[in-house]
Amino acid sequence: METILRSRSREVVISADRPFVMIGERINPTGRKVLAAEMKAGVMDRVKADAIAQVEAGAQMLDVNAGVPLADEPALLVATIKAVNEVTDVPICIDSSVIEALEAALGAYEGKALVNSVTAEDERMDRILPVVKKYGAAVIGMSNDETGITMVPQERVEIARRIIERAKYYGIPAEDVIIDPIAMTVAADPQAGLITLETMQLIKEQLGNNMTCGASNVSFGLPDRHILNAAFFSVAMHAGLTCAITNPLVLEVRKAVQASDLLLGHDEYAMRWISAFRADQKKAVAAP
Amino acid sequence: MSREEEIRQELFDHTLNGHAPEVKALTEEALKLGMDPMDILFKALIPSLEEVGRRFEKGDFFVPEMLIAARAMQGALVILRPLIAETGAKPIGKVVIGTVKGDIHDIGKNLVIIMLEGAGFEVVDLGVNCPPEKFVEAVRVNEPHIVGFSAFLTTTMPMFKVNIQALEKAGLREKVAVMVGGAPVTEEYAKLAGADHYSPDASIATRMAKQIVGAAQAAENAALTQAVELIDKTLKKG
Repeated sequence: METILRSRSREVVISADRPFVMIGERINPTGRKVLAAEMKAGVMDRVKADAIAQVEAGAQMLDVNAGVPLADEPALLVATIKAVNEVTDVPICIDSSVIEALEAALGAYEGKALVNSVTAEDERMDRILPVVKKYGAAVIGMSNDETGITMVPQERVEIARRIIERAKYYGIPAEDVIIDPIAMTVAADPQAGLITLETMQLIKEQLGNNMTCGASNVSFGLPDRHILNAAFFSVAMHAGLTCAITNPLVLEVRKAVQASDLLLGHDEYAMRWISAFRADQKKAVAAP
Repeated sequence: MSREEEIRQELFDHTLNGHAPEVKALTEEALKLGMDPMDILFKALIPSLEEVGRRFEKGDFFVPEMLIAARAMQGALVILRPLIAETGAKPIGKVVIGTVKGDIHDIGKNLVIIMLEGAGFEVVDLGVNCPPEKFVEAVRVNEPHIVGFSAFLTTTMPMFKVNIQALEKAGLREKVAVMVGGAPVTEEYAKLAGADHYSPDASIATRMAKQIVGAAQAAENAALTQAVELIDKTLKKG
């Protein structure tokens, strides 16, 4: 199954048969006080710098979130996406749970965006999916519903199936629904990682949709998070993860994704692995 | 050092390190030796969990360490609770807590509950995705000192204000202190939403809760009552 996203001039294809797609997560004011203050004041320098740096580090798409408390989110989201588009031309993942903000951003976006996200809650599906359809976008479906997050993998699959079916009802094809099987921290439940991996395997076998996840949730509350996240990427990519909203500026994560792509047969003759090595080598020489 | 002093120290250390079987065995040994349940609770277990909280606050302890310390303490509390209840000692305060509507994040909230219970509070946990009506009803029924709202998303934070307005409408706002917290929440935002208190983590939340209910004093009173009762009993026997 192929999910195709577009900007004005670029196309990104997410598929189990292709290299993994990193969606840069940095343009998000949650927990970034300076960025939040700047965005609220309409200063977009840091947003632009973050966009450029992430794309240079290998992000094929960028997630844009403008959830600054007490701000006009629809207007701010549109302005932030516009700023990102001034410096890069990768497809955008529009990240908001405010429907007015999603609609404003989709209306202003040229191309086919990815919407982050909808859950299987009836109210959310019936409000968000028609908007996704109206603008011809794709959407991330989180496998939780009104009752919360189940820890039974097959139940998460059924919840994902419900989103795919509801999307179909609104005219959105299955390939435009990317499922988030939900990663939770192993700090609170040592089985949480395994449950997510098993869910991924079941979705791969039973539904075949592309999958994304908030991989860094896995390491919440623990030390050495980058290494844990990187290890999670390796096993998750084997289980069926085809893209992720993550930080490509973290060396461990970027390397784990590139290495897993190679090990899983998505890097012909290791050309991308070798050229990444050469690029790093060059940088090391250039640095004093 | 007397065996009782040793037991206090060992209970402190084993709770801190989350060794549940040792904590249970030591609690049983302490009771066999005739140690006062309140003594075990207030001079060993609670100080230990407070130390866990301090280390967590400083970044020296991580989430799983907090969880296993709490589990170890729970093992002792199961034994001590009925004994303490017999004496009529009351919890130092009551808290109703939940994650706001639209939000299903619960780790932060659960850590707050662990610390509050460890400190001797009675906690009513309303779980996640909790609508304003449910908070209002729980405040009405339980008459807590504090109601806590947790939100992990910028999009669910506005529920603080909605919840507070619901409490006002029900005529309960003046009867309860409102405490809020969660990753994106700031002191400024908490104030604007109309909350009384904002806490950045579980350890600070517990400290604040104690201040709110004047708990230090309450705990001393409870221990004192307990001591007086024990003396009475002993005298009668004699």
